[in-house]
Amino acid sequence: MKLVLALIALAALAFMPSFAGPYPLGLMIGILGYGVLATAWAMFSGPTRYISLATVAFFGLGAYTVAVLSETLPYPVVLLVAALIGLVVALIVGLATLRLAGIYFVIFTFGLTELVRQLVTYYEVNVTRTLGRYVFLPLGPEHIYWQLLALLAATLAIAFWVRQSRIGLALRVIGDDPVVASHLGIRITRTKLTLFSISCVIMTLAGAIQAPRWTYIEPSIVFNPTTSFLVVIMALLGGPNRLFGPLLGAIPLFLLFEWLSANFPNHYSIILGLLFIAIVFVLPNGVLAAGESLWARMTRKEARA
Amino acid sequence: MTTISRRTVLQGMGVSALATALSGLPVLAQDRTAIRIGYAISKTGPNAAGAGISTTPNYLLWVDDVNKTGGITLSKLGVTLPLEVTEYDDRSTAEETVRAVERLATQDNVDLILPTWGTGANLASGPTFDRFGYPQLAGTAVTDMAPDLAKRWKHSFWMLGGGHDYAEALVALLVKQRDAGTINNKVAIASVADGFGIDLSKAATPAFTEAGFELVYDKTYPLGTSDFAPIINEVSGLGVDTFVAFSYPPDTFALTQQSVVANFSPKVFYLGVGTAFPIYPGIAGPNHNGVMGVGGIDPDSEALAAYFERHTALNGQAPDSWASAITYASLEILQQAIERVGDIDREAISAEISSGEFDTIIGKVKLVDNQLRSLWTVGQWQDGKFVGLAHTERDGSREPVVPKPAWVPAA
Amino acid sequence: MLFSAILTGLVLGGTYALVAMGLTLQYGVARIMNLAYGDIIIAASFGAFVLFTALGLNPLLGMLIVIPAGFALSWLIYAVMLQPLARRSRDRGRLEGDSILATFGLLFVIQGVALVIFGSGFMSYSYLAVPIDILGTTIAANRLLAFGLAITFGLGLWLVLTRTRFGTVIRAVAANPASAPLVGINVDSVARFAFAIGGALAAAGGVVVSMYLTFSATMGVIFTMKALIVVIMGGVGNLMGALAAGLILGLVETLVASFIDPGLTLAATYLIFLAVLVVRPQGLFGKAAR
Repeated sequence: MKLVLALIALAALAFMPSFAGPYPLGLMIGILGYGVLATAWAMFSGPTRYISLATVAFFGLGAYTVAVLSETLPYPVVLLVAALIGLVVALIVGLATLRLAGIYFVIFTFGLTELVRQLVTYYEVNVTRTLGRYVFLPLGPEHIYWQLLALLAATLAIAFWVRQSRIGLALRVIGDDPVVASHLGIRITRTKLTLFSISCVIMTLAGAIQAPRWTYIEPSIVFNPTTSFLVVIMALLGGPNRLFGPLLGAIPLFLLFEWLSANFPNHYSIILGLLFIAIVFVLPNGVLAAGESLWARMTRKEARA
Repeated sequence: MTTISRRTVLQGMGVSALATALSGLPVLAQDRTAIRIGYAISKTGPNAAGAGISTTPNYLLWVDDVNKTGGITLSKLGVTLPLEVTEYDDRSTAEETVRAVERLATQDNVDLILPTWGTGANLASGPTFDRFGYPQLAGTAVTDMAPDLAKRWKHSFWMLGGGHDYAEALVALLVKQRDAGTINNKVAIASVADGFGIDLSKAATPAFTEAGFELVYDKTYPLGTSDFAPIINEVSGLGVDTFVAFSYPPDTFALTQQSVVANFSPKVFYLGVGTAFPIYPGIAGPNHNGVMGVGGIDPDSEALAAYFERHTALNGQAPDSWASAITYASLEILQQAIERVGDIDREAISAEISSGEFDTIIGKVKLVDNQLRSLWTVGQWQDGKFVGLAHTERDGSREPVVPKPAWVPAA
Repeated sequence: MLFSAILTGLVLGGTYALVAMGLTLQYGVARIMNLAYGDIIIAASFGAFVLFTALGLNPLLGMLIVIPAGFALSWLIYAVMLQPLARRSRDRGRLEGDSILATFGLLFVIQGVALVIFGSGFMSYSYLAVPIDILGTTIAANRLLAFGLAITFGLGLWLVLTRTRFGTVIRAVAANPASAPLVGINVDSVARFAFAIGGALAAAGGVVVSMYLTFSATMGVIFTMKALIVVIMGGVGNLMGALAAGLILGLVETLVASFIDPGLTLAATYLIFLAVLVVRPQGLFGKAAR
């Protein structure tokens, strides 16, 4: 039943470009983009509690792969190459960070992102002698929308599967107590690496798919650390341990940013900041949890009445 | 919470779908009370500083200037209408810029859209301007791709030239100095590793070599470098008379300060973006005198002097002496094109911008293949003004002062 | 050449260490991952700028106003905003998440206020940009001052922490906030005090840095990130670690710029940072993780 509903929702969303105008479509692309990133982020970081700031490193690698290869290879192959690059980098990072915990992991992943950005810049400057790259692909916003929608569906499906399967349980045990996990015979390294890799490959694809939207790619555009922070904030806000939590954190936040920057272009920062602080105090367990408790209270009242 | 936000999204979509459907209808003349201008500009994020110097103040000034005279006359409709502004913050990201332009074009249905600040963001929003048929007068984009882009996007106009314009003009100017015996043959270049720095250094390196200069130092440094002591220390030992930095603010200021501290005072000291900023003399103190950089203005132009005065009066700060005047001129071009067409007919306006001749604060201009080719390329601080030494079409306004005065050490 | 590069590098490292020390205290003792740290630095820079340009007060005297202001502001921020979060959260992960969200908000508020008051443009003035000759190497006096302050604060606070009773109390809270109350320590007030001292250090850094770096309202995050790298590399909560890490990063940057390629300076500093963590996951001077 749930599956049927999900498929109907997906089909309905797929028809959106035929009736929505360019701006709502642009909004949806933004929402889907962040939705994918936040869901993929939470897939690994939710259960393990490892807060990764490397999101934009993979996102940027994906975008760059498209920028570099889009004129020499057919588009589907480019996406495949992007996914492979994401996988390889994810495995290296995963192995390098095995011993790190807490804040050390957080800042390591941040440093890593900056390193990737610096190396890409250095390569472009000294080897190809150009910094900006142009992506002229015949892909309109609706194509990007459909691809992102498919990626989001796939991401949610994987996240759902992970939650049901042994690997998800294993990951939660690792997050709660790694010592117990190893006593239980959980292969910590393999479990963590697998999930981290899946999550990173999805992020890479999200970057690759969105690259044609900007036409012009340079490191400061696609390796913007703000993206990593926003993804963390969205996932934390929605509740990283729920299937739809990150997505439901991404949607209101994204719309909030949009609304604020349109209506208060000169006081955007102050209002946004105050709202964040208020959210931490008012909704301590994330938006979804707050919605659920509200729901529970309402149904209880109804039952009593 | 979740249900509410979902409902708002759906409502928003319904409304916007309706708005899009209606946007096809022609706006009747009697409905018009204003010409609606929209722009998305970086008010936060890393681009905010640059946008706040070269772009936003000029938009404000133009709107103020136009509305003070009663507005723009649309002769076909028989009305003179004031400008009304919708502004967004693009938060210095390409994605936001693209979406804001989509929003202005299809949601707000503004009559005209002014471009954002910076090369990357203007390139990123190019296809969107083009898709909705809005003229894009990019006043702060420097790109050698301009001829190709103008062909690809018929409504795009590139006002600030390409890297080779600036690099080659600098080399030509230095060749004269060398041949006159004022400077030696050695040149050191440091470029910031971003789109601007690389574009210029890519053009400059071969130009210097072909002109017979010896490039004893030609390196890049990453965006975000805060200490230039190592570069300046090394360069100061190489015996160069010419130091060229294709730099970005705040590096431009740091390079100056470091060179003064290290008492590295070459005969020609050339810097990139930021040299033409009004705060440069404040930062460099007496040492700004004689520093060369990208851009420049005509110090004898009365129109420009009046523009500087109005700009300072309205914004509380002077314009920069490179992209500011160009940005304002591009707005004048837009205004005159509208008045000649006499209606908000964006196709006709674009065609007029492309073919007409316009009277602006930088003189009479006519675009060549949708590009402004009348540009000051090399400037130098002389008597408190950043005067143009080299121009793409005419003679320099002043002779270069080489060698520049030696640094005055800080007390 | 080598000597000159080392000296320049150490002085640059002094700046890095100076802007990181406050953060290591805030995170190490009060357990707040303060993303608004860099914006406090920028706010102090604006303070020094205003005092200097409007009132003609030289920045060294300006410090006497700005540093206490930084202390008071941070004390207030902790008391009003962060203390309730710290009390509410039972485990460390929870406080980490909450403080990230809350200080992320604070970052925007401070930046927004600065944007409204000062606009987005670059701010700069120059003070003590006097060349000082040290064995043939020329160094700006203001940068030397930053280096001197970093050493003074680093050693001074280290002595306070290790040699005084009060320092022991702070270290007890840092090491084990759950059991500190058992020996009669008021964890709340110690954490608040440490957070405020961190803010005062940030303010000191902001004043000094404003003498030679051009800054703008939106640049706070750059300082936060640099400080975080230094803090983590040195080991959380360890002032000596922050000092050492700052100096190492400064040295690496300068040596790479002088002998390899200035284009690789930042890549090299991040590489060193990552390498240190791969070898020592708890940072240079840190205790074993968690």
